Amino acid sequence: MIPQQESEFDIGYLKPYYGKLFPYADMFKWMSYGHDGKHPGCDQSYFGRREFSFTLKGDFYLRFQSFNSALELENSIKEKCPLKIDIGPVYTVDPAKRHAYAQGDNKVFTPVERELIFDIDMTDYDDVRYCCKGADVCLDCWPLMTIAIKVIDASLRDDFGFKHILWVYSGRRGVHCWVCDGKARRLTNEQRASIADYFRVYKGNENSHKKVSLMGAALHPFLATSYTNVLKDYFEKILLTNQNLLATEERYEKILSMIPDESIASELRGRWQDNNRRSSSAKEDINVVRWEQCKQLLQSGKHKPQGLRRCVEEIVFFFTYPRLDMEVSKHMNHLLKAPFCVHPKTGRVCVPIDPNRCDEFDPTTVPTLFQLLEELNNEGLRADVNGEWSGTSLGSAVTLFRSSFLEPLLKACKEEIERSYSLKLQQSKNSIGW
Amino acid sequence: MEIVRPQSHRNLFSSNDAVSVPTIPLYRSAPPLEVRLEDFESFAIDRLRVLKGISDGLSRGKKPDEMEKLVEESWKVHMRHQHASEVLNKDIISHFVLRLVYCRTEDLRKWFLSMECALFRYRFRYRFRFLTTEAQRAIMDEFDLTCKAVNNVEFESIKEKLGQVARSMGQPSPTVDTIFYKVPFEEVPELVAGRKVFISQGYAYVAMNQVVSLVATLFRSQLSKTLILTNRKWTASIRDQEKHRLTPIVEALSSSYLGPDFSQPREYAEISLKDIDQVAKTSFPLCMRHLFDKLKEDHHLKHGGRMQLGLFLKGVGLNLDDALAFWRAEFSKKVGLEKFEKEYSYNIRHNYGKEGKRTDYTPYSCQKVISSTPGAGDQHGCPYRQFSEENLRAALSRMGVNSRAMEDVMDKVRNRHYQLACTLTFEALHGVACDAGINHPNQYFSDSQKILQPKKDSSA
Repeated sequence: MIPQQESEFDIGYLKPYYGKLFPYADMFKWMSYGHDGKHPGCDQSYFGRREFSFTLKGDFYLRFQSFNSALELENSIKEKCPLKIDIGPVYTVDPAKRHAYAQGDNKVFTPVERELIFDIDMTDYDDVRYCCKGADVCLDCWPLMTIAIKVIDASLRDDFGFKHILWVYSGRRGVHCWVCDGKARRLTNEQRASIADYFRVYKGNENSHKKVSLMGAALHPFLATSYTNVLKDYFEKILLTNQNLLATEERYEKILSMIPDESIASELRGRWQDNNRRSSSAKEDINVVRWEQCKQLLQSGKHKPQGLRRCVEEIVFFFTYPRLDMEVSKHMNHLLKAPFCVHPKTGRVCVPIDPNRCDEFDPTTVPTLFQLLEELNNEGLRADVNGEWSGTSLGSAVTLFRSSFLEPLLKACKEEIERSYSLKLQQSKNSIGW
Repeated sequence: MEIVRPQSHRNLFSSNDAVSVPTIPLYRSAPPLEVRLEDFESFAIDRLRVLKGISDGLSRGKKPDEMEKLVEESWKVHMRHQHASEVLNKDIISHFVLRLVYCRTEDLRKWFLSMECALFRYRFRYRFRFLTTEAQRAIMDEFDLTCKAVNNVEFESIKEKLGQVARSMGQPSPTVDTIFYKVPFEEVPELVAGRKVFISQGYAYVAMNQVVSLVATLFRSQLSKTLILTNRKWTASIRDQEKHRLTPIVEALSSSYLGPDFSQPREYAEISLKDIDQVAKTSFPLCMRHLFDKLKEDHHLKHGGRMQLGLFLKGVGLNLDDALAFWRAEFSKKVGLEKFEKEYSYNIRHNYGKEGKRTDYTPYSCQKVISSTPGAGDQHGCPYRQFSEENLRAALSRMGVNSRAMEDVMDKVRNRHYQLACTLTFEALHGVACDAGINHPNQYFSDSQKILQPKKDSSA
């Protein structure tokens, strides 16, 4: 476990960060979704109907902030220096005017668009990682996040057909996912809940013994694919050894307790109890050896009772499968931290993660506030056409944001705006005015 | 609905079907039918009984199979018509009338939407399985579902995945004869949530037998939108236009109590003065028992309590003379005989229709009791709603409710199912089930008496 560093954060340093590094133009372009006024089909009110919220020093919380231009957004952030910026939904009307509209039953102030979002937090995995607990993360448990990104990203694209997906490091112990396709932004709460439930495997609470239950003669294709493509390998090749899942009695008992057949569990226990006392001169890692033995007993033999058939997969799923915060995804009005914020506890910037290379992502080398400002000082004041971030470690983060996410998204948005505009023109030509 | 000759509108099944399966209308638009004013109200009330039965069944936690049965039986009882050809019309008319009634507030809309969707779902579930494949396909078309049947080529390419899905649910793998529909995943949230469908590139592959879910979702969203529109039309024009004809009926319907009103005096008194103390202990519901006990204790009740208890006693069959004697005996202990005659006896006679012209004081239904707002010094209202948990437990325990039943009752109270709480109390005290549920204090009384005195001849 890597010891927590001296806090790499000082609120005083937020001012220069917001002053020189925060990518306002990119955030504005993203949140505008193509409604930049350049096309007659653009909705000029769109950006202004988006809710932002700021957390200020002293835990002051400002909700329902809205802006009509990139400049307004920039000025407000620079002026207020928020510890955290959250992004909410796009409403029917400008949130600043909500009191004038929220009357009676008619619900005129209500969310109309909101990205489909996911929040995966390492603390939800505390019962399957031994290296860290709570707010800490290290390279031994980070693969759990890598797994989550791979599984969810693949399903969002292959199963649901989404294309414009942004993964962001949350700054400390998790990742966020923003699905930005038009189709996703217009999903109802019920549809969002259905997607979250589609992804849910882990059920039950502290009181139930086994919390992953994979019934049925076969796994649903999504689960089967996830297992074959991601979970199995990560479990066997990385987590087994990183976490020493079978190395000690306490740890292997946890796995043995998931085997419904007591005779198999006893046999394994018998073998392993002896093994513990021998010197570890074996070439192969003890966890790998024991897992092989476990699998052999569970999977061999033609006639396995129902409860045993899926046991191997259940164990693997329990230790690896993504654990999502359901509530975050289910409601359109749920706020989520904006990318490129700085985490006050770690000083790290919430940078994008490339899902195609997420196994290379290292949370311990994410740029920190101190580091960036030092880099700025060293580089001197260089007026760069890209903005000052390009000379710093933040440069690659912003580039990634643009090339893999923002540019394709804006292209698709423009096409959508043009398409629906021509459609409207066509329709008005066809209809006969009374 | 105008006064026009009824036109044949597109049914789900042609009347030439060899098997006459009852139709399930979609209530897309108000059909041009002629409706008599009496039918306007009575059809709506009949449908309301069905919906309230569903509401009751759901809050008792009945399973889907039980609900299906409940709905079919309730429908048969309440929604029949002497002319078989009119059954469908009654169905449609009653739905549209209730739309007017229940579009007017958010709460009413929510309730109506839930109940109508449940009604639709269970009827559909019940009937769909009896249909031929062609009839089933016709329904899909009727719903304009943006779904396309999966052709053989596509089927072959995903057959294995479809098989995995089926087997994950403990069902056999589909064969080339199983029909699948390709639907945008947004249209089938329930199936997606339960991983009961194969999803690829934004499309869910729905088996024919999963169609119920699809159809139910569409019905729900259609009705939800329509209710809002209906509300707008109501407030904008209908309410005013109809203020002397339909509006009063519509406004009364949403709060209507649907049972007997206990307002007609019995041929002979069910209880007499000397019986009251005894029956109060055995057959009064908690609300009346509480008022009765307080009256005995304080020798006084404020107006709300006098009305609630007084009308109840009238409904129970206490005649005017006995009623006067009863109240006089208690009140005179506190305010004296003279004051009683001067200030209180008038009201009692009034309740019995002996003063003034008003004869429409009917004993309060549970709905009315529950919705009253007792203030300081008042003892009326529904104790399940008004009492603190502590006080309620004490009161129930005094009535003789055992500790196990007590927990069930308190659970209902916490979920604000006050009438169900009272029903459970009844069941605990009498040792029998009360399937119809308690809807009226006088019903509680007469049901109780029926059990405790079964040999008593209660018919004139």
